[in-house]
Amino acid sequence: MNVLDRFYKGDKIALSKLISYVENQSTGYRKLLAQIYPKAGRAYRVGMTGPPGAGKSTIVDKLTSLLTKEKKRVGIIAVDPTSPFTGGALLGDRIRMQDLTTRDGVFIRSMATRGSYGGLATSTKEVCLVLDAFGKDWILIETVGVGQVELDVVNACDTTIVVFVPESGDSIQAMKAGLMEIADIFVVNKSDREGAKRVISELDMILDIRRKKGEWECPIVSTEALNNKGIDLLLAKIFEHKKFISENGVLEQHRKNQIKGDLKRIIELKVKELLDEKILNSFDIDQIAERVYKGEDDPYSAGERVLNKVNLGK
Amino acid sequence: MERKIRILLAKPGLDGHDRGIKVIASAFRDAGFEVIYTGLRQTPEMIVEAAIQEDVDAIGMSILSGAHMTLFPRVLQLLREKGADHVLLLGGGIIPKEDVEKLEKMGVGKLFTPGTTTTEAIEYLKKAVSERRKEEKIL
Repeated sequence: MNVLDRFYKGDKIALSKLISYVENQSTGYRKLLAQIYPKAGRAYRVGMTGPPGAGKSTIVDKLTSLLTKEKKRVGIIAVDPTSPFTGGALLGDRIRMQDLTTRDGVFIRSMATRGSYGGLATSTKEVCLVLDAFGKDWILIETVGVGQVELDVVNACDTTIVVFVPESGDSIQAMKAGLMEIADIFVVNKSDREGAKRVISELDMILDIRRKKGEWECPIVSTEALNNKGIDLLLAKIFEHKKFISENGVLEQHRKNQIKGDLKRIIELKVKELLDEKILNSFDIDQIAERVYKGEDDPYSAGERVLNKVNLGK
Repeated sequence: MERKIRILLAKPGLDGHDRGIKVIASAFRDAGFEVIYTGLRQTPEMIVEAAIQEDVDAIGMSILSGAHMTLFPRVLQLLREKGADHVLLLGGGIIPKEDVEKLEKMGVGKLFTPGTTTTEAIEYLKKAVSERRKEEKIL
């Protein structure tokens, strides 16, 4: 029996192997994704983002515990950074999710960013698809610790949660663009610490300016994830958001936009692969560089000539 | 994309001395590996389950408590039971020579005792993983 057949039978090792296959973009991975694609699309995807140490993993841990009590099958993708210098990574999000490891229906996968700078790993969306096709009801995606502009998570999930801590307060003004704009729900975690009330009221003020009638009103949930406080309220807000966007067509539009983005990404990647291969095989880049250096050619005209000679269709 | 070496590092049991494993984790990371660090107080069941979910090439356990003759065989047994014996088990810690021999005979890949350089462990892992990996039919 091949790995895909075992995957369809619910074999966890096969699931894990397929995730690696997709993550490594091994030969033929597109064919595999095309095959399982019709099985996906049922899972609800929640993204968790915020600065390093805000408590994202702990919140994911507690949320998942609540979801499994409702007999939901949950997939978790936890992303940590790859070193741009060595290519290595230390993936440590599981430390906060110890109790979930052996829980029925839960599957946690750590991913290294591998050169992606948007807060997710290069293949997080594809891995999400694999978990979805496997039959997970919920997929929780935890980004790397982010600053302001790592916003890929929006394009990978249905509900986006931005987690702050009281210490984020001073920088909230600066966060008005970027991170502040993508939240469907804000969480102020570690809310037993000093300054929590102030951060919440500052956030509330910023949000108030933004609020429009008839649109989703982004709530702020105060939590102490480590003590399991506020998590039930957070889950309730997630359900509320899910219901809201499902009923007024926002979810449908959001997913269609995501498909458009995916298409663009898939085509770009393929074109880049073809281009790299063709250019490497049929042009002497070193020779062109030499000529440009000597002043016999310029890179703009040379680039144009190369592109004109490349036949991407074949 | 190049296939990275993935290794799960864990400390099973109640022993809380994690300096050694953190040194190893950093060295492996700097060698370009993807290290999944699960931390302290792991049961063999948790370790094997995490190894399956993460599709690692190897598990590294650090044991300085003297419980190695219980923990290593148990993890080996679970790997076999769950059909995951393609995962290489190795470890390190304070382990007497005669026990090292016994465990390696049982199927533990290699045990690194005090004095081992991180380079030795890295080179061993690279070689062992490239020998063990096999292509599977996906579709």
